[in-house]
Amino acid sequence: MRLINRKPSRTTALMLGLLPFLILIIVYTIASQARLAENPSDRLLPSLQSMANAMEKMAFEPDRRNGELLLWKDTFASLMRIGAGLGISTLLALVIGLTMGTLPYGKAALAPFVAAFSLIPPITILPILFIILGLGEAAKIGLIVVGTAPVMIRSVAQAALDIPRELIIKAETLGASSWQIATRVIVPSVLPAAIMALRIGLIPAWIFLVSAEAIASTEGLGYRIFLVRRYMAMDIILPYVAWITLLAFIMDYLLRVLSRVAFRWKHLEGDSL
Amino acid sequence: MSKDAIISVEGVFKEYDQAPILERVNLDVTAGTFCTIVGASGCGKSTFLRMLLSQEHPSRGQILMEGHPLPPEPTPDRGIVFQRYSVFPHLTVAENLVLASEIAAAPFTGRLFGSRRKKALTETEALLDRIGLSHAANRYPAQLSGGMQQRLAIAQALVKKPGILLLDEPFGALDPGIKLDMHELLLGLWDEFGMTVFMVTHDIHEAFKLGTRLLVFDKVRHDPQAPEAYGATITYDLPLSDPEMKSGRLPEEIAETIHVPKTALSSGFQTPNPHEERS
Repeated sequence: MRLINRKPSRTTALMLGLLPFLILIIVYTIASQARLAENPSDRLLPSLQSMANAMEKMAFEPDRRNGELLLWKDTFASLMRIGAGLGISTLLALVIGLTMGTLPYGKAALAPFVAAFSLIPPITILPILFIILGLGEAAKIGLIVVGTAPVMIRSVAQAALDIPRELIIKAETLGASSWQIATRVIVPSVLPAAIMALRIGLIPAWIFLVSAEAIASTEGLGYRIFLVRRYMAMDIILPYVAWITLLAFIMDYLLRVLSRVAFRWKHLEGDSL
Repeated sequence: MSKDAIISVEGVFKEYDQAPILERVNLDVTAGTFCTIVGASGCGKSTFLRMLLSQEHPSRGQILMEGHPLPPEPTPDRGIVFQRYSVFPHLTVAENLVLASEIAAAPFTGRLFGSRRKKALTETEALLDRIGLSHAANRYPAQLSGGMQQRLAIAQALVKKPGILLLDEPFGALDPGIKLDMHELLLGLWDEFGMTVFMVTHDIHEAFKLGTRLLVFDKVRHDPQAPEAYGATITYDLPLSDPEMKSGRLPEEIAETIHVPKTALSSGFQTPNPHEERS
């Protein structure tokens, strides 16, 4: 049988999926052991054991200075920021994107502005945000919004524009008003695309979150990584990076499941990631 | 314009960017007519249908419905079935049918809840049964065959009991066997609801079989140096109520004039017009 027609079984697929991770861990362990054999106090590639020890301290031993469990405190702070930022972005994407995608007047008024705004490198806005909003939470959430909203707005608007014209006309012949067409046809058709936009927005959201935390913060996953960098504490940095990756993966996974459960009609045909 | 006409087309021209598509179209159609429309690809028959729907507007001339100019946008008095995208993919079969009554009953939410919703769903059961989709009431359109989707589309278009039903190649993508079932369903519903039907089709035999009146769109003027210079108009207007007209050589003759090869009558396949090369 041709290679393109051969499909792995569920277990084989799972094994194959895990394989690259396993290879990475093995390669790392070998490299780490080689360096540590030469110099036991090497900090660049700490052993898995020392990383586990360091993380155990971060997660379960109260910090000496303020008695807090740093990993959970950082995680909570970062998740609050990313949640607030993406929440605001999603809301903006739905309101502005749907206005642009539904109403010709909305598109004429908003599309050029959103297109121009989306070309501003978000990180250049950060100093402005710090000056206007101070160094607190608002500036960091603001950066996430600036970094994710324009793209999300445009994907929602495009999804609304991609609805076949026939469906809108059919709704008109059923007597629907503009508002009813928006709420009964356009919004339900666009929501799966909004979730997809949110999933794609997760990537820049984490980038801008870590950037903002690295520059001005007193807690947060990004803040911690850049803080311990001064001591070359790779035994904390590497597990933190893995932890951020895991959190991002879980968020993406939950959104994917949400889309499949809530919008079953959208997933009846074709393959998707 | 005659007094009992439900649709009167008066001197309608349609151009896109100065390129004429239709010219000098005049037509009176009495209520209850089953009007089939054939013509070569790109002759403007679908454009004509979209103008009847107010999806597009004539460049010149006017279309009257019961003596009044057509509203500027689609309204519930004219139902439509397209070849594709005719039903809402995010709604189940039953939800597709109940949507019109929900829209009428709830201006703000467009939804019915609880017992009112249940009542509305019960009311659509007869229609579901009529189109043979009772067993599929809770399926999404993507889970239906092409024929089932079109049956749903026709039923949905009739929920508001429109006086005029517009069909744009509704069976163009269906198998011949399924097509016959659809013909039976459509003729049955036409009998029952008594609406005026305008149906664009590629299939000349279908046009002769279903229609009580056949319109052929074609170009009467032809400039070989500029094929786009002139638009099409109605070249044949045949009453088909007489059974004599339905048989005989007429379908072949019409096929010839609109350049559809007889062997490919139902596929809509086109060959170049041999007369064009000679002129």
